[in-house]
Parts: sequence; C-alpha cells; structure tokens
Amino acid sequence: MSHLLRNQGWVAGLFALLIVLFIVTKLIQPGYGSSDFGSLARAVLPYAFAVAAQTVVVIAGGIDLSVAAMMALTSVTAASMMNGASEEYALFVVPFVLAMGFVLGAVNGLLIVVTRVPDIVVTLATLFVLQGAALLVLDAPGGAAAEWLKAMISGTVPIPGLPDNIDAWLPKALLVLVVCLCIIWIPLRRSRLGLSIYAIGSSELAAYRSGVPVARTRVIAYALSGLFAAMGGLALTMSTGIGAPIPGPYLLASVAAVVLGGVALGGGKGGLLGPIIAVFVLRLVRTDLTLLAIDPNVTAIIEGLIMVVVVMFGAFITIRGRPVGATS
Amino acid sequence: MTTNPLLDATGVAKNYGAVAALRNASLSVLPGEVHALMGANGAGKSTLVKILTGAIRADAGRILIRGKQLDVRSPAAARRAGLVPVYQEPSLIPDLDVLSNLRLTGTPVEPFRAWVRELGIPDLDIRETARNIPLAILRVLDLARALAVEPDVLLLDEMTAALPANLAEKVLGVVRRQGDAGRSVIFISHRFVEISALCDRATVLRDGATVGVVDIEPGIEEKIVEMMLGARIEKTRVAARMAAETATAKDRRPRLSVRNLQLGAKLNDVSFDLADGEVVGVFALEGQGQDELFAALAGSIRPAAGTIAVDGAPAKFSHPSDAIQAGFAYVPGDRTEALAMQRSVRENIALPFSATLRKWGPIRMRREQVVVSSAIARLQIDTRAQGEVQRLSGGNQQKVTIARWIAANAKTLLCFDPTRGIDVGTKQEIYKLLRELAGQGKSVLFYTSEMEEVQRVCDRVIVIFGGRVVDTFPVEEADEPALMRAAYGLPRGAKADIGILADVRADTEAAS
Repeated sequence: MSHLLRNQGWVAGLFALLIVLFIVTKLIQPGYGSSDFGSLARAVLPYAFAVAAQTVVVIAGGIDLSVAAMMALTSVTAASMMNGASEEYALFVVPFVLAMGFVLGAVNGLLIVVTRVPDIVVTLATLFVLQGAALLVLDAPGGAAAEWLKAMISGTVPIPGLPDNIDAWLPKALLVLVVCLCIIWIPLRRSRLGLSIYAIGSSELAAYRSGVPVARTRVIAYALSGLFAAMGGLALTMSTGIGAPIPGPYLLASVAAVVLGGVALGGGKGGLLGPIIAVFVLRLVRTDLTLLAIDPNVTAIIEGLIMVVVVMFGAFITIRGRPVGATS
Repeated sequence: MTTNPLLDATGVAKNYGAVAALRNASLSVLPGEVHALMGANGAGKSTLVKILTGAIRADAGRILIRGKQLDVRSPAAARRAGLVPVYQEPSLIPDLDVLSNLRLTGTPVEPFRAWVRELGIPDLDIRETARNIPLAILRVLDLARALAVEPDVLLLDEMTAALPANLAEKVLGVVRRQGDAGRSVIFISHRFVEISALCDRATVLRDGATVGVVDIEPGIEEKIVEMMLGARIEKTRVAARMAAETATAKDRRPRLSVRNLQLGAKLNDVSFDLADGEVVGVFALEGQGQDELFAALAGSIRPAAGTIAVDGAPAKFSHPSDAIQAGFAYVPGDRTEALAMQRSVRENIALPFSATLRKWGPIRMRREQVVVSSAIARLQIDTRAQGEVQRLSGGNQQKVTIARWIAANAKTLLCFDPTRGIDVGTKQEIYKLLRELAGQGKSVLFYTSEMEEVQRVCDRVIVIFGGRVVDTFPVEEADEPALMRAAYGLPRGAKADIGILADVRADTEAAS
C-alpha cells in the first residue's frame, strides 16, 4: 500500500490538481456544464494521443520530435483517402493509417539504432521529412472524413439505465481515448516488452546485462510512438472532418505534459496516466484563462510558470521523501 | 583428473585496434569446482569475463560448454547456455522494483526468496524499487538472482568488494556450497584470504595470456604473485633513484596531511602526509579506493569522516574550486575529463588561471599570453595543431592538462594515472617534469597502475588495499615484488600463508 502511494503519489496529486481546477472553472463560469466538458474531451483527444506517443519514447530513454509531423501526415493521408469514398472504405483507411504510423515510427527507431545518430537529431530530421510528405499529400487543408468516424467522438455515451444528467458527463471522445490507450498500454505494461522499455530507459547497461534486446526494444518503442501519433492524426481528422498538412502545437505540448505527468526525461520512470491527466490540466488551465479574458500572450507565460512551479515542487517533494541511506 | 571440464576456453584473443587486450587466454573449469581467475591490472581478466558472458565478441579462440562449441553473442545467450555472471556493479534496473527485475530476466521468485534468506537478508521487501536499496544488499540480490536459475557456471567478479563482513561471510559460505553441489564457480578476487579459503584451483593471467593453472594449497600466494609478475621479478631495479632528498623530507613541514579519511564503503581510515618538494606514489589494484581518495582531495566528493589539513591548517573542500584555491590541481588519466576538446591549446591552458587573474571584467590578454606561451615552451607542447585540443596526440593532450596547472602556479599536483595510454617518449618527459616540479618545492601525489613508474618518479609510495593504507615504502624498497605483495594485502616479508590467514581472520572477527 505504501508503495502504491509512493509510486502513484504524483498521479494522485495531479488528479487532485485537476479536481481543484474543475472547481475553479465552476466558480469562474457557474454555467460550466456537461457540454463544455464534452468539448474539453474532444479538444484534449489529439493532445492526449500526442502525449502517449511521446511518453512511450521518453520512458525508453529517448525523445521523439516528429510526433506532431507524424500526426499531420497521418491526418492528411486519412482525409484524402476518405475524400469522396464510401463510408465502408473508411473501415480500410483506419487500420491502414495506423499501420503507416507504426511503420514510420519503426523507421525512426531503426535509424537511431543503426546509425547511432542521437535520437534528437534523427527525429528532428524525420520531422522535416514527414512535414514535407504531408504537404505532398495535401497542399492545403482539405479532404473528408467518414460520417461514422466523426460520430464516434461527438455526443455522449448512451448507457441504458443511467439518468441523462449523469450520462451527459460521459462524452464519447473520452471513451474513445480511454479504450484506445488501454488496449495498447495495459497489455504492454504487463508484458516483458513493457518491462524492457522501462529497463532500457532506466539503465541501458543493466538492461543489456539482464539479457534485454536493447536495440529491438528501442525500435518497438518508437514504433508504438508512431502508432499513438497515427491515432492522434486520425483523431484530428475525426474532430475537424478534414486533414491539415501543417503540424499543430502538439510537439511542445506533448513534452510539457510528459514532464508535468511525472515521467523522468532521462527515462525509466513514470506511466501513461500521469501525462494524460497532465494534458487535461494544461488544457483546463488554458480554458480558465480564456474564460477570465486574459491576454493570450500572458496565458502562455502563466502556463509556463505553472509547469516550472509544479515540476520544482515535485522535485522538492522527491528529495525530501527519499529514504535515508539511499544513494543517488 | 579424468572428469571433462564444464567450461573450456582456449586460445581466446581480443584486439582493440592495435592494442591486444587478450592474446592467448585459456580457462578450464571442472564440474563442482570453485576456480579463481587472477591477474594484475590490465592482465585481461575483465576482457575474458566480458567475452565469456557475451558482452563482447572474441577475435579468436574456442569456448566449449560441456564439450559443445558455444557462440555467445549476447548476455541473454550466455544465460541460456548456463553461464550466469554477477558483475562488479549491480545490474538490477534502478527504476524497477525487485519483482519486475526478476520478471525481466525470467527468474523464478520462490527460489530467489529462499536464496535471499540464505544469504542473510531475512526481511527483503520484494516490491522495493532497486534504486532505494543500499549497494551492499543489491550485490547480494544480484547473486541471489543468479543462484535462483541454478546456473552450471556462476561467474563472480569481485563479489565481496562492497560487502560488510557479516554478509561477505554468508556469501562465501553459499559459494562454497555451490561447488559441493556439483556446480562450478569462477571467482575473481584480489583477496588472497578469500581465494585460499574458497577456491580449488586458480588460473593466472599476465599480459593477456594464461601463464599457469595452480592448485590452491598453503603457501601458494608467493607462487601466484611470481606468476602475475612473470619475468619482471628477475629484472634488477632499473633506475631505482636513490631518494637523496627524502632524508630531508622528514624535516619539512607537510603540505598536505590526511588523517583517518573515510568515504562510504570505499575508503576507510586513510592517513598519510605529503611534504613540499616530495613526490608520493599511490599504488593500488583497481577499485581499492584510490579513485575516491583523489576525488576527495580534488574536492569533487566530500569525505564522510576524517580530516584534510593543508599547510597545517584544516581544510574542507566542498567544491573543486575550493581545492584549486588551496593550490591543489587534479590531473586525471582520462584527458577528456579535464580538457575542452574543441577549444584551442591556449584557451585550455588559460582556463583555470584566467579566473584567478581577474575575478571580474575582461581577461588581461597580454598577461595571459605571456604565461601561456611560457608554459607551452616549458612542456614542449607540439603546437602545430593548437587550434583544437582534440587534434593533438594523447601525450600532448596530457601535457596541456599539466601545463595549465603550471601556468596557474598550483602548489600540489594530484596526478591520477597521468601516463595512461601515451607513448614512451612523452612518458619520460612527464616523469622528468614531475621531478623538476618537486625540485622547485612543489608536491605531487601520483597514482599509477604501472609499477615501474613508482621507481622512476616517486620519493615514497603508499599502497592502498581495500580502502586502507596497508604499507608505506621509501622508493629504495619499492621493488615490484614488494609492491605487488602489498597491493594484494600480503604483509611484508611473510612467506607462510597460515600466519596471514590467522592474522586477517582475527582482523575480520574483531571488526564484525
């Protein structure tokens, strides 16, 4: 139990922060209700996938700068393929785009492992490549999305027997997010592969000596990152109904949420839940600041300050709470 | 012996570029045997271990396990073949808990728990994150994890190095019983006490080749030391300088006095003096605490206990800049630790002293120029490639690291293996330079892994073993056999091992 508290303390703290923010929101805007929560969930969706993509790689001790570009490319690919095509064709498009993300991610990983060029350089290069490729697919925002895909993230989940006013707080977008992340993350956490990802991020030498295939694990981590980014790209197309070739602000947002979510940038520490809650926190802060009619430029400054303060506070707690006699 | 060896490695060789780390090593381990692998620093022990455990690949040679040819490409493959190592540094993943670490290597949990209890840790919390577990316990957990898979051959590299006496005793007992149970253990240790208590046979390496396999029996220590030294033991003391100055050294006030210095498990109770105009050598096998000693004197780690006095006044170094202020300059063996590789020779030399020249405002270029030029001239640094230090040869780079402290007028140099990996000619120049500096009244503390350097450079030499100063020699007495014996913790002049064993046993009992 004490371990659970120690390991999940950060996530619990973030969750408390999120609740506080909801209360603050309600105070600022007494009319804040279920529909606003629904639109928050829809807005968070692409960010959350970008964060998941970044989290996997950071836990493995790397960084992926191509997340946002990957999302843009997968988004325009999906949108242009579905443009004018039948509703059923989208059933093929979705797995195709996901596979594309997975493969491109694996290419990132292979380049890093084979060439031994630092990850930050390789993924910066792929950022430009993918950005260019996205513009080749669609040179301006356009394309279309199947109706059933768009319907998947709008509205709420009708659960029979549940009163409507509670039902209204369960947006479909949130469900899609939870299901997509859980399908991949939970089996991963429980597999040896998941352990290996943590192991190479924590100590590459120790992992190697424990018999972990370091190179293969790294490639798979990047492939999973690509897969999550492709989900993010699809989420963009689903929510806007089109594809936009210029990457959104997802890269820096993903790094910010990873840090805020308690994942060590050095690798090996943290989980997926923390960064996902962190994304909600960051979006909600932005919503609140908008509701308060604060200058958007000041908003950015405040967001940055919050990050620094929270992370510093976390580091302080960690140092204070370290067991006596433990080293490093 | 008629039994077939469990592990049989022959003709193993490994080259790193032009350097031969292993030339012709062989190792044959019988079933149920505890086999010691011995050799001085750089003899190739660690390279052989890395090859056997699949961390690196041999260039030549044949490794048989149970008579079958084995091609170990990775640690995982070695594990599957039944060869499980326990390395000197703990190999649990720091951010995972113990249980996850077991799952990672597919180690069964119950046998692991049983071994942990057997090894003297009754109350291990298996959910604890490895990072929060003290080093000594981690080493034991590593061993328990290896034992739990019941390996054919267990490879222990300096297993007892970081262990307190009570745990070490348990560990040795368990290792001994492994042999009795028909499994083999390869045991690497610098401690003769352990080896004579534990091992059946020993393989001795020298200069990358196996020079002999001996049965462990009373009195074998001397023979092993001889084998490790090889022909060198016959060699007359080439240039044993008579330390004429040393006679007067006693009258001089000590520049540095270290008393009862203690640092974690690595250094306990180190005391010595260093006088002005003196070069004191530090000789030790790898990992006996010399790294920590130099780091403490250079101000990069703080000792847990003990005092350091400079010119008679107590000093506390909490940052390298404190040590530099007190005139202590650290010259590491690894030049990349000390130099800004992409910058020029001049900038590198000027780096430490331009800070003392002026604390604020622009650096006085003219004065810097003069000092730097004189230092370059004095050390005869080859300045053809002075634009970037990384383009200089290793020897010239090392000269730059020394030159900067001459330019900064440091009173004491802490040289940690300064001639590592540089050519003979430059080595001679560095020896000469250190002597010259001593002649000018500066003091030098000189750690070296090459015994002949002791005689060339030092006035006195202290020998460190297991974090203690075990002996101090004037240079005339510091011949290679004497140093080697001291470095392995054998008392001076002793010939029979019974005395040694009784002695050390009494020590450990008193300690525990």
